Amino acid sequence: MTSQTEQINSKSSLHYKESFNLGRFMRNYGTQLGILAVFVSMWSFFIIMAPGTFLSSQIYYAYMSTIPFFALIAMPLTILIIAGEIDLSFTSIMAMGMIMFILTYNATQSVWLAFFVALATGLFIGWLNGIIVVKFGIPSLVATIGTQFFWRGAVLVLSQGKSGTLVYTKDSLLYPLLVGKIGGVFPVQMLWLIIIAVGSWVLLNRHQFGAHMYLIGDNANSAKLMGVNTGRARIKGFMLVGLVSAFAGVVASLHVTYFWPSLGEGYLMRTLASIFLGGTSVFGGVGTILGSFIGAFMIGAIEAATVAIGWTGFLTQLIYGLIIVLSVIMHTYLGKRLS
Amino acid sequence: MDYRLELRKVSKSFGEVRALRDVDFQLGRNEVVGLLGDNGAGKSTMIKIMNGFYQPTSGELLFNGKVVKHLTVPMARQLGVETVYQERALAELQTLWRNIFLGRELNNRWGLLDVHKMKAETHRLMTQSMGFTSHAVSPDSKVGKFSGGERQGVAIVRALYFDAEIIILDEPTMGLSLKETEKLLNFVRGIKKAGKSAVFIDHNIYHVYSVSDRVVVIDRGRVAGEFQTKDISLETLMDKMINVAETGSLD
Repeated sequence: MTSQTEQINSKSSLHYKESFNLGRFMRNYGTQLGILAVFVSMWSFFIIMAPGTFLSSQIYYAYMSTIPFFALIAMPLTILIIAGEIDLSFTSIMAMGMIMFILTYNATQSVWLAFFVALATGLFIGWLNGIIVVKFGIPSLVATIGTQFFWRGAVLVLSQGKSGTLVYTKDSLLYPLLVGKIGGVFPVQMLWLIIIAVGSWVLLNRHQFGAHMYLIGDNANSAKLMGVNTGRARIKGFMLVGLVSAFAGVVASLHVTYFWPSLGEGYLMRTLASIFLGGTSVFGGVGTILGSFIGAFMIGAIEAATVAIGWTGFLTQLIYGLIIVLSVIMHTYLGKRLS
Repeated sequence: MDYRLELRKVSKSFGEVRALRDVDFQLGRNEVVGLLGDNGAGKSTMIKIMNGFYQPTSGELLFNGKVVKHLTVPMARQLGVETVYQERALAELQTLWRNIFLGRELNNRWGLLDVHKMKAETHRLMTQSMGFTSHAVSPDSKVGKFSGGERQGVAIVRALYFDAEIIILDEPTMGLSLKETEKLLNFVRGIKKAGKSAVFIDHNIYHVYSVSDRVVVIDRGRVAGEFQTKDISLETLMDKMINVAETGSLD
């Protein structure tokens, strides 16, 4: 008798099909559709105002070439913010990774070894951020302001504040693999952004790690009561941000084949703006990779667009601010309405 | 003796505060034990030691007669201990299926989730065990908009799905309507019928008395006494409880 009911049970679960329900679809994807709508209207506005620029492919190649520098980091940082943590030190990790890259190259003449040492540096700094936050219980906002200064200081000390050429990387296979152009036009870094975005999406939505990050950001106490190792998951999140930051640092530097000790400094606000624009909640528990991806392209597009439309470049920041505030209000409003 | 779960001389301190002192406790096979005691008596600490959330400062824990050291929540679950918490331990912004499998997601060896299976199982549990029939509720519904009784249903079904042998219920009737409370008490009786064991904590002495085989009275971190419910009337038990609260002794 029991085995019979068991069989019926397993059969019924096999036959389970998700039924489509418009209301539920809107509730679950409403804010993503919202940001998509804002993106499309913004884009249409650009096309109407400057058709010459926005109907030619050139500007899109330019976007795909420069937006990945900060959009790459926005992907893992979205996961960390969903868990209720933040990392403000990624700008310094970008530069510190490059310092280790240059030191390793100078010592070994190997571009590949230098690349892997840079990535390892990012992982290590991320791990250290995680340890400071988890083991010492310091809020990540404060801890990573501290490490941001510390590692920028280390960069300045180690580089003596000097910049330097990376032209030697052009002879290595690493150069075309990171910042080459497919068919002479399509920037490879855009391909990397897509790979890391898809990877982050899988981690966040189809992996136990992501499931735990959502739970921690939503209700850390519940997660702990149900046996989730909240410390270890958060440390992994910091390491992921560190790794991708170092990677983005190498990509951004190789793109111009030049190292600046200020590498990354301009990316802090853009990266965070992309994430919050994309609907990720600063309180944790809510957020999507797709949102951050679209957010990054909106942030990246505004600057070039203001100039193309013929407005003064001084308007850029004003428009940034306006769109960010409006979008965040939209997300909060939609979020309340839909649930 | 053959106990499912046993605490021997268990003490637990939080800094200066001694929450439990030399507690001996046994849970038999197919037995429902009620824990009674005032706020801060140490009931919650005791169950959090049983399910591996806290490690005792001294003393030992035995499962099926074997000493288990350094018990953690995942280990306790492997031993068949499931807890339904007072605060429900739900993640309100997340979907129903994520809550059902909270901390124990079905995944493959690379950690990738079997989302379809989890949704299908959630759907089955919803229709067969939780009594959700409304079409508005699906495995993808967010738990935050559920009522108190529905949330309790989620917390209980979650505990049952994983074949628990020992079910710990911490103040499960809190915030429930009369009807929902009756349903819950029937559910505890169901645990007994299914041949499993339970530890039941509740403020309400009527609830505890009506479903337990045995009650253990906890006072200021100690076991003050225990009674088989068939040997003691509800009135006597209440008198004793009042005595304990006032004087620290049962009589």
